[in-house]
Amino acid sequence: MKSLWYLFSAYTIIWFLIWSYTMWIGRKQTRLFKEIERLKTLMAKHDLSE
Amino acid sequence: MRYFKKVLAITVKDLLLEAHTKELTPAMLVFSLIVIVIFNFSFEPGMQNSDIITPGILWIAFVFAGMLGLARSFAEEHEQESIRGLMLAPVDHSAIYLGKTLSNLVFLFCVEIISVLAFGIFFNINIFPILPGLAVVLGLATPGFVAVGTLYAAMASNIRLREILLPVLLFPIIVPVLIAAVKITGSVLQGQPLSDVSGWLNLLAAYDGIFIIVGVLTFEYVIEE
Amino acid sequence: MKKIDIAVFVLGILTFLAISLSLYMAFIYTPLERTMGAVQKIFYFHLPLAWIGFLAFFIVFLGGVLYLITGSIKWDNLAYSSAEIGVVFSTLVLITGSIWAKRAWNTWWTWDPRLTTMLILWMIYVGYIMMRNAVDNVERRAKISAVIGIAGFVDVPIVFMAIRWWRTMHPLLITSKGMGLAPSMLTALFVSLGSFTLLYVYLLLIRVRLGLAMNIAEEIKIRLSDKL
Repeated sequence: MKSLWYLFSAYTIIWFLIWSYTMWIGRKQTRLFKEIERLKTLMAKHDLSE
Repeated sequence: MRYFKKVLAITVKDLLLEAHTKELTPAMLVFSLIVIVIFNFSFEPGMQNSDIITPGILWIAFVFAGMLGLARSFAEEHEQESIRGLMLAPVDHSAIYLGKTLSNLVFLFCVEIISVLAFGIFFNINIFPILPGLAVVLGLATPGFVAVGTLYAAMASNIRLREILLPVLLFPIIVPVLIAAVKITGSVLQGQPLSDVSGWLNLLAAYDGIFIIVGVLTFEYVIEE
Repeated sequence: MKKIDIAVFVLGILTFLAISLSLYMAFIYTPLERTMGAVQKIFYFHLPLAWIGFLAFFIVFLGGVLYLITGSIKWDNLAYSSAEIGVVFSTLVLITGSIWAKRAWNTWWTWDPRLTTMLILWMIYVGYIMMRNAVDNVERRAKISAVIGIAGFVDVPIVFMAIRWWRTMHPLLITSKGMGLAPSMLTALFVSLGSFTLLYVYLLLIRVRLGLAMNIAEEIKIRLSDKL
């Protein structure tokens, strides 16, 4: 029974960490998209569209 | 042949500079002795199996002292801005690397020789019969450490947090040298023949060869004005 | 949607299915190990994690070499992405290995060659990531990273040899007598290896794309500030 607890905690940690890493990438991506939107409006405002 | 003359010229330049200023080597030596003494306090005097611990103390002292020297090895060039002159010299950049490695090696050897003598006195070990064995292990382990160390010191020479990052980056890489050196030194201190540890000696020789090659090949990318 | 978006999406679905299959295989398909019990099932994920760790660090090495040869920043991006994933996976190897060791040998840590080599590797690449945060110049950072990636990976076999001679205690899975595993366990292991490799490729793909997009955004920003 104790063995199951070890197994359970190991699996929880594995998937928690991989999940948080993926989420972290996702967060960075959202921030980047916002940044790009900002740049786009900036470019449109100054009529610099290339 | 000409190439080696250039390497030697850079080494001699560093040695002359050190001979004039006498800054680095004494500081390294004092630090090495302090480490040996400090570590001594963390163990009971006259402990039963002190010969298991003493090689470790010795090598920690050398690695720490070496780290001090390496951290300074490109500092002078950057502070005096002479690195540009060195890089403009009509030599392959790998010659600068080999020259620097050689001068760092000489500094560390000086420190090691005096530290070993002091070590023999502090720990009551008659080092004269085991001197050839010690010479072999110092001669094989130090070049590997200094070869990687000079490469990393060049990388860290002008980045932020270099005082922290140099040891953080360098210590994990030199783990094999440290293990092998401690094992061989332990066996030498117990008076066993070197043939008992030939595997470790081969490992050190391989490490030296591999990392000198890596350093020669990659140094030109990390050196910067 | 562009073609590459569809490819990433499909790969994501495939990875999810493969991981689900390997979970099923590990928990239900394989029998319970006789001496160690349930904790042995950690192994179906521990070994693939370790494999991905090494694979990721090999890609760091490869990316470094290619960057130094070509000078193209995209290889540096690949190497860095792989290093990040490698650190995540090797952290997991250390944690799962530790949990296994607690149950099997009643100790959280053993200085056995594979565990210790993993720890040294982990330290090398954590240092790599720390260094990247300390250098702002893109080109210089790429060069230093490449050299650390190369030196670090070249060091791995030597570290392993040194530590193996120094001490050994890990269960030797692959011995001269062949694998010490039942056939169904072997199948589960290979399924798990495959699905983790998929997961690695998927993560690497999205990380590399993110890195490339960030480089481009950075460039646009610099060009914009020049014009304004």
